[in-house]
Amino acid sequence: MRVVVCIVVLFAALSRPAPASADALQGPDATAVQQPAAPPQPEPPKPTDEFVPISQLPPQDQLPAAPLLIAAYAFVWVAVFGYLVSVGRRLSTVQREVDRLESDIAKGTRT
Amino acid sequence: MPKWFTPLAGLSAVMFAAAPLIIARADYEATMGLVQKIFYFHMPSASMFLLSALVCGIASARFLFRGSPQQDRLAYAAAELAVLFGAITLVTGPLWARKAWGVWWAWDVRLTSSLMGWMVAWAYLLVRKYGGPGSDKLAAGLALFGMANVPFVYISVNYWRTIHPKTSVVPTLPADMGTALWFSFACFLVLFVLLLRLRVHLEEQRARLDALYLSLDT
Repeated sequence: MRVVVCIVVLFAALSRPAPASADALQGPDATAVQQPAAPPQPEPPKPTDEFVPISQLPPQDQLPAAPLLIAAYAFVWVAVFGYLVSVGRRLSTVQREVDRLESDIAKGTRT
Repeated sequence: MPKWFTPLAGLSAVMFAAAPLIIARADYEATMGLVQKIFYFHMPSASMFLLSALVCGIASARFLFRGSPQQDRLAYAAAELAVLFGAITLVTGPLWARKAWGVWWAWDVRLTSSLMGWMVAWAYLLVRKYGGPGSDKLAAGLALFGMANVPFVYISVNYWRTIHPKTSVVPTLPADMGTALWFSFACFLVLFVLLLRLRVHLEEQRARLDALYLSLDT
């Protein structure tokens, strides 16, 4: 009988609902009192749903075109010139080696 | 070097000196303004990039099936030009896009497929340089994939939703914009021919050097 009573008491103790958290006990009104209301946020700009020409963009959204244009043309010149220099240097190295070998072979055949 | 090389080099220098004047006199595009003038070097360099990949692929196919060393030299030279003109295309495009689209890059089908083609050209050169014996045939196989990518790059803008201008833009250009564009195209075509010939000459000299070393060994 004691065992049954113990089991019933233990079961009753385990089945009690957990105590609510402090925040929940304070309720919504308590929270509202403790934390001041946030200042109203400015509305985000509405998304554009139609094409806007660059000339009609606000000044902060406009990029100057000239640096981009100059950078593009400068890159073309630098890349082509750099490649020409690279091929020229490789060609002169190979040409020098060919000339040296040909002269060595010519000397070898003469002797 | 062939006799036509020096006069053509002179002509190319004159044409490239005149190109900025002709481009500057072309009308401004209505919505993009000044930055649209990047188009006059961007589109011809992109065309030369695709032409280089085509030449590399065709020469590689002929090398694979006929074993011609001349075709292998041509393919090697064209692959290097594909890297050069691809770099110009992939740098000038984003500089234009930053102003026109508001972003440097978009994973758009035309841009992505162009980047893929450029990387295939790089892969060709890397395989040739570090692949060891037999790398010429491996690289030739890669070049076939690079060539297969070319029509995809060209027609992609007509079949997929994209922010890149379609191929129909060029034939509908006003007269003075069209003149500037086709003049720039001619400049780049002459430059392509010159650089290709110069680069093939380098490979010919290397082949000559190898032959000399072989003759010394025997």
